[in-house]
Amino acid sequence: MAEMLFWEALRRAQDEEMANDPLVLVMGEDVGKAGGTYKATQGLWDKYGEKRVIVTPISEGSFTGIAIGASFLGVRPVIEIMSVNFAWLAMDQLFNTAAKIRYMSAGQLQAPIVMRSPGGTAHQLGAQHSARMEKVFMGIAGLRVVTPSTPKQAYGMLKSAIRCNDPVFINEHERMYGIRGEVPDAEYFHPLEGSEVSREGSDITLFGYNISTHWNLEAAEILSRDHGIEAEVVDLYCLAPLDRDGIVASVSKTHRALISEEAEAPVGVGSEVMAILNEGCFFELDAPPRRVSALNVPVPYNHHLEAAAIPDTAWVVKAVLEMFGK
Amino acid sequence: MAMNNKQKLAVLKKMVYARRFEEACYEAYVERKIGGFLHLYPGQEACCFGVMSAARPGGDYVITGYRDHVHAIACGVEPKRVMAELFGKATGCSGGFGGSMHIFDASKRFMGGYAIVGGPFPLAAGMGLALDLKGEDDIAICFLGDAANNQGTFHETMNMASVWELPALFICENNLYGIGTSIERSTAELEQHKRVDAYNMKAAVCDGQDLDIVYAHAKTAVDYVRTERKPYFLELKTYRYRGHSMSDGGAYRSKSEEDEWKMRDPIRMLKDRLIAAGALNEDDYKSMDRAIMAEIEDEVLPFAEESPEPNVADVARYVFAENDPWVSGGPA
Repeated sequence: MAEMLFWEALRRAQDEEMANDPLVLVMGEDVGKAGGTYKATQGLWDKYGEKRVIVTPISEGSFTGIAIGASFLGVRPVIEIMSVNFAWLAMDQLFNTAAKIRYMSAGQLQAPIVMRSPGGTAHQLGAQHSARMEKVFMGIAGLRVVTPSTPKQAYGMLKSAIRCNDPVFINEHERMYGIRGEVPDAEYFHPLEGSEVSREGSDITLFGYNISTHWNLEAAEILSRDHGIEAEVVDLYCLAPLDRDGIVASVSKTHRALISEEAEAPVGVGSEVMAILNEGCFFELDAPPRRVSALNVPVPYNHHLEAAAIPDTAWVVKAVLEMFGK
Repeated sequence: MAMNNKQKLAVLKKMVYARRFEEACYEAYVERKIGGFLHLYPGQEACCFGVMSAARPGGDYVITGYRDHVHAIACGVEPKRVMAELFGKATGCSGGFGGSMHIFDASKRFMGGYAIVGGPFPLAAGMGLALDLKGEDDIAICFLGDAANNQGTFHETMNMASVWELPALFICENNLYGIGTSIERSTAELEQHKRVDAYNMKAAVCDGQDLDIVYAHAKTAVDYVRTERKPYFLELKTYRYRGHSMSDGGAYRSKSEEDEWKMRDPIRMLKDRLIAAGALNEDDYKSMDRAIMAEIEDEVLPFAEESPEPNVADVARYVFAENDPWVSGGPA
């Protein structure tokens, strides 16, 4: 098992899948000679050529549509949207066509596309480059949404997503391309549904995904070391469909729950997890569950203002201690 | 090469069939047998059949907007299955899941009816991209109205189709109205073919009411896209007799304008030409028309009427692929 950076894991997945199937291609802004803004396509242009590593103009709406049209005929495009903030422009085709085509054609057509894109805040990028949009994607019937928190997941999920016959949105994070982690040497396919217990615990479950799983893991260590609270960390790597059984199983064991998310609270992952807790294991709860979410504001530029708006590990620790009356 | 009279007679029959089919839809809608929105095609028949006569129905991939019944039939989709879809029945070509605006038949390479006006532009270009990647010599054909050219997808797609040399033929059926707004009110450049000049793409314009003229221009366009593997834009000047949809009272245009266009009805022009050439007589035409009406009355409508409703237990079917192994990490 070798250590690998997050972007290297994505690059490896695309390289292997392109070698495996001549109908797999990647497309997006600067994915060619430039190798992708976060290097996820580095070297692929030299290896597979411009017909399969398609450098697009800045036309997110229509190059997404072109990818979807190609997928009707069996092509498996991986669309890179440079920043998830630009994905708003691609939503018409993603939602109105890719997510609905199988249904409205009664199974005759399908759109096996992958759209991968980084969201999240990344130090003073300002309001229009700091969106956390997973809440929007996860509410669309017919679209799968996954969000890797480790290089292993990034590698295995992208490979599964490329082979899956449904459209899959992969929510990545701008600040996570440089994290390091173990990735199996052998080919590996990660499930696109379910959740993962990243740390076992008995006193409370900390739900998170993507970057907030890392806050939760750090918070769990602090809580264990300094406060004697053993937190279980559940990584919700799949946001659509959410792993109802996994959520209920963990809380039925720990009887307390906190959900941390980098996004604003309204209409988000946290509110959906809350609904599952209410419907699925209300009487298992020993205390009201909590959400740790960003303030409901556009993300400000100033460093201090940004820090005041966006949660981190300390926010999680503080909220857990409040739940335990400490 | 122009069509001979025998071929034209066959196309005339298809055009009359399409007209009668749409009139039957109108009646069925009024009787509330068809729900939702319904957009009808009468007046524009020479566009669809002129182009499809020059293409390979069932071979070339065809995509269009929500005024899609006739394009589907022109690709070889069974009319009774189109009608059954409008009735929302399980035997409909989209199983009752699509409706009037979402007619599909993958087996005939009719890739759908879409209800987001400019949506099909990039989908057509993408099918062209796939055909080239797979080394096939079929082409993608996209039929849309003039008003679709005011969405961003038109400009983005024309640009990429041209830069990437994609084998897609864009047919603009310019019927002068986007819903109830005239082209003069909505569009700075009235000549739609000129709008693609900015994208360094071949384009042409012609009368969309005259089948011979449409066919000649479409033949040039189809052959160009098929052999050169590059995009082409063809504007056809036409007119729809009905409103945008059934909810359209038509208050935005004058009776005299409608009458003027009806003087150049595509079916009548073709019929008169064939009669003048001695290839058809009035009696033969009438009996052909009666036979078509009888077929719709006796076969198409009863099939739609008598077919079963979709199974309500299937309501969540088709959201995702069934039993896709990659969802759980690959085949066991």
